[in-house]
Amino acid sequence: MDHGALLLVELGAVVLVLGILARLASRLAISPIPLYLLAGLAIGEGGLVPVVTSEEFIEVGAELGVIFLLLMLGLEYSARELVVGIRSVAPAGLVDLALNFSPGFVAGLLLGWGIVPSLFLGGVTYISSTGVIAKLLNDLGWTGNRETPVVLSILVFEDLAMAILLPTLAALALGGSTAGAILTVGIAIGIMTAAIAFAYRQGDLLGELVFHRSDEVSLLSVFGLTLVIAGLAEGVSISAAVGAFLVGISLSGEAVARADALLTPLRDLFAAVFFVFFGLSTDPGEIPGVLLVAVLLGVVTAATKIIGGRWAARRNGIGPAGQRRAGLILMARGEFSIIIAGLAAGVDGAEELPALAAAYVLLMAVTGPLAAKLADPGRRRATVG
Amino acid sequence: MPKIEETSLPGVGLRLDFTAEDGSRIGVVHHRTGRRELFVCTAEDPDAAVVSLNLSDEDSHALSEALGGSTVIANLMDLQQRVKGLAIDWLSVDGETPYAGKTIGDARIRTRTGVSVVAVIRGDQPHPAPGPDFRIETSDTLVVVGTPEGIKSVHEILTAG
Repeated sequence: MDHGALLLVELGAVVLVLGILARLASRLAISPIPLYLLAGLAIGEGGLVPVVTSEEFIEVGAELGVIFLLLMLGLEYSARELVVGIRSVAPAGLVDLALNFSPGFVAGLLLGWGIVPSLFLGGVTYISSTGVIAKLLNDLGWTGNRETPVVLSILVFEDLAMAILLPTLAALALGGSTAGAILTVGIAIGIMTAAIAFAYRQGDLLGELVFHRSDEVSLLSVFGLTLVIAGLAEGVSISAAVGAFLVGISLSGEAVARADALLTPLRDLFAAVFFVFFGLSTDPGEIPGVLLVAVLLGVVTAATKIIGGRWAARRNGIGPAGQRRAGLILMARGEFSIIIAGLAAGVDGAEELPALAAAYVLLMAVTGPLAAKLADPGRRRATVG
Repeated sequence: MPKIEETSLPGVGLRLDFTAEDGSRIGVVHHRTGRRELFVCTAEDPDAAVVSLNLSDEDSHALSEALGGSTVIANLMDLQQRVKGLAIDWLSVDGETPYAGKTIGDARIRTRTGVSVVAVIRGDQPHPAPGPDFRIETSDTLVVVGTPEGIKSVHEILTAG
């Protein structure tokens, strides 16, 4: 077979396998992310069936996956919600940050990784999976629960924190002088603030400009705009992901519901490719060596999420059962932990990070939802529809 | 009527809920996608939903119909009975009116009678709180609030000018 034909067959086979895995995940009612990661591990170097020809293509697809994940995350919130959210939730958000960033950071130091790789590990353990949690809230019928606004506002805080964390980590990953890194971080925070202020003031203007009654026009405009901004953001080293996040926040108004419908299929496709690529570029041979650390880290950071969630819920006058639910549902880690670990590629001393992050996310994306489901007294509930 | 509380759910939508007489909490989550989710929490654990129902647009209309129509109308009826000296009436505009095609401002209803036009119903479509530049057309129904005498005068103005 010539190169082109082989590429198509390989790529098609990979996507087909992902389709089967997604079906399995849906049958088991779990997040597909761990299965995608496992698939990636299996087809990478040192895996069961190494895929060679299409790796380059998958790499580009993975980059698009990160951009789509962050664009859609930005679309979920309007600038107004962010500004209001950050004010109301600051104490709970900071407690959540301190409780969940520290275990990863300390673990990195204990493993002798040096400061920068340890900061990356802190990011991996800090951020809950918005995707997994949003789906759980729906599946369990917890959307109307009184603790849910608390949970959601903690997620808003985390997402904003990540918008600052990503460019900071990206700057640190580039290395260079401390002064240079501080400058990049300063620029990143400045651009973030300016962009959110812009989004806050312009209201629905950008949304009205970009969206059109034709789906085709809307899709091409949003996609193009996002890639340009993401590229520019990458160019000034605040990371493409943050650029895409900012585009998402700036788009608001009625257009957003349509954007959701247009972009969700693309996000699902490329995000799956992204998880596969992360698994693919991780050497499965390293996983047994980090498994114990991943389990320990999982136990500790499950506890810290639960403590933080309970504390935040209690502050808002939620009863004991609601406090427990708020803590448990925040446990799940997923896409954002992987995005942060992916940024660390090429950082000195972070060689073990991909394997550890993969094992950690495999664990947390499965046990988090399970723990939440066990907390749900199913016998009293009758969800219809 | 218990107070309906509004809570913003970032990334999800808006939650409206109230505490019912028996202590249970009843509410609706308006998802940004347009889906509505009806939920009920019992008094033992007011934090957790024991029932949650997904409703389409059509379902929601059917349910509110089944529950007994618009609460706005119910409130107006209540108002009519409770406040002495204040009346509410539905005046239909027939073909003889000199004000067909003219605005509410032209008829100077409020200046002359002290009566407010709170809504205009045209066909099936209500137009709440019409401004003075709202054009009256034949076969409109004006919902008016004022003293009984005032409303009588409005009726005369509309038929005779």
